[in-house]
Amino acid sequence: MASAADHESRAPLLSIRNVAKLFGKNAVLRDISLDVAEGEFLTILGESGSGKTTLLRIIAGFESASAGELWMGGERLDHQPPYRRRVNTVFQHYALFPHLTVEQNVAYGLRVAKRPEAEIASRVEEALEKVRMSAHAKSKPSKISGGQQQRVALARALVNRPRLLLLDEPLSALDANLRRQMQVELKSLQREVGISFVFVTHDQEEAMVMSDRIALLRSGDLEQVATPREIYSRPATAYAAQFIGHTNLLKGEVCAGVMHCGLLAWSAPLPDGPALFSLRPENIRLAVANSAIAGSVRVRGKVRHQAFHGATELIRVECSDGLLLVVRIPGSGVSAEDVELEFSPSDAVLVRESSERI
Amino acid sequence: MFSRAYKAAVTLPPLVWVTVFLLIPYLLMFCYSFWSVSESQAIVHSWNLVNYGDLLRVDVYWQTLLRSMWIAARVTIFSLLLGYPLAYFLSFSAGRKKDLLYQLVIIPLWVSYLVRAYAWKTILGSDGVLNTLLQYVHLTKHPLEFLLYSPFAVVLTLTHIYTPFAFLPIYAALEHIPRNLVEASHDLGATPGQTFWKVILPLSIPGVVAGATFAFVLSLGDFLAPLLLGGPSGIMISNIVVSLFGAAYNWPLGAAISFCMLLLVVSLLFFSERLEKKWSFS
Repeated sequence: MASAADHESRAPLLSIRNVAKLFGKNAVLRDISLDVAEGEFLTILGESGSGKTTLLRIIAGFESASAGELWMGGERLDHQPPYRRRVNTVFQHYALFPHLTVEQNVAYGLRVAKRPEAEIASRVEEALEKVRMSAHAKSKPSKISGGQQQRVALARALVNRPRLLLLDEPLSALDANLRRQMQVELKSLQREVGISFVFVTHDQEEAMVMSDRIALLRSGDLEQVATPREIYSRPATAYAAQFIGHTNLLKGEVCAGVMHCGLLAWSAPLPDGPALFSLRPENIRLAVANSAIAGSVRVRGKVRHQAFHGATELIRVECSDGLLLVVRIPGSGVSAEDVELEFSPSDAVLVRESSERI
Repeated sequence: MFSRAYKAAVTLPPLVWVTVFLLIPYLLMFCYSFWSVSESQAIVHSWNLVNYGDLLRVDVYWQTLLRSMWIAARVTIFSLLLGYPLAYFLSFSAGRKKDLLYQLVIIPLWVSYLVRAYAWKTILGSDGVLNTLLQYVHLTKHPLEFLLYSPFAVVLTLTHIYTPFAFLPIYAALEHIPRNLVEASHDLGATPGQTFWKVILPLSIPGVVAGATFAFVLSLGDFLAPLLLGGPSGIMISNIVVSLFGAAYNWPLGAAISFCMLLLVVSLLFFSERLEKKWSFS
């Protein structure tokens, strides 16, 4: 636990405390606690139905939490109506006002705040320039493309200089190329403006590319909150390991400090009992004769399936005890059917079994 | 695809219907409006513009037409003032009671027009419900005469009857507004009031225009309400047309007045459609 003084100096911008949401008897969110730091890019990642959009809507104020509190900069946020919160949202389908031009859309927040017209004009111009939409200032939203609408929605939110920007799957409607381009743009824009972003997505790759931290949500529970690197290399649960990248889940029994999983065995300083490990495909190598790394685990098997991914290739190897392992090897492929695999026990990560929920 | 025979079978009935029951009667009416009536009450098939001249020259005709438009305009304004808030409430605040309330607005349309008009007669008459009540609580000593047989009674009754017609298109337009636009407005700092004026009202204009057109056109051509409740000062143009085609037996003049009204209504529909198009953004 951090000391009071420590907490004071590094107070989070947004603090979500024990938030729960019920729709009727159905719990959509259960006891969520999460902090967003100043200037942080936090991604709420989850499948559809995980409650990620509901959590975002609670922060924005479109839904109220059934329990728990929201705090922002030392003030209760959840008691304020959405129009008083210094939070702006980029909506999934942009929600641009169809009867207003691009320029009027961007000016909307400043107009309702009754800023002087001269200030509105210069700030709108600046915001449109930042998203490279100045040329379309006089167009109606229906006359510009999806990617352009997205930029306008971003400008419309950022022009108000919110303390926190919420983004609800803003890239999901774009095609793959444009999406990748926007990921990079969005991330550099966030660094430039220094505003905290809370970004909701179901796309784990997107989350990995853009985020400072990822909050992985599953059926209304937080599975893990960590940096992309950490969540990838040290997943806390079997679900986290599977949802982010490929993995091999090795289920077995620890007996006297040794983990046994079929033919595999390696030393694990754990109490006796069942255990579950995650082993990434790239941490398994094709073993070369006599070059075994000290302490490596070796196993023989047959190649059942190969999938070419460009620089690398994923192969499925069936070990003699029937265990299937996914292995990432260089794109040059493998010609032999019988292979020997090896991995270092230190790459096998102990994970929690995820509770079964529908 | 569809055969020619099938296409003909589908298009022919409505085509025949429209021709026989709309185009031909309108054409006949148009012809009649240039003919005249002789001393012996026979239709004279000589083409002239006397009827249109009478329409402009004789005060009672154009004055009644203007009065009818003024009554229709008032009915339109009151229907909108009643229909819009009702539609807004139903669309945005009624929650689960929405369907029930919607039915309650619609049900009066199932009740005979005549019954509703007579009901107002019972309420507004000199020994009617309202006057009896007013005298009972000693607000007035004598029955208020302006309540019945006046333009007031006509406007009141027509507003009651045509408010659902104004309500329906407005309600449809409000239901059509994506709710995330309302959320976006709040998100950008607009209060509920600002959101109404800057987002909801502009996006519901097509419904308002359609509702206003319904209320105006329907009440402009109404003749039962002025007949039952209007009295001499509440006469509308349709009553004149009815009497010209009936007792007065002057079909040509009746046809000329009808044709002018038709022209008025058609141009109104034309403009309201342009206005609706201009304000729709999907």
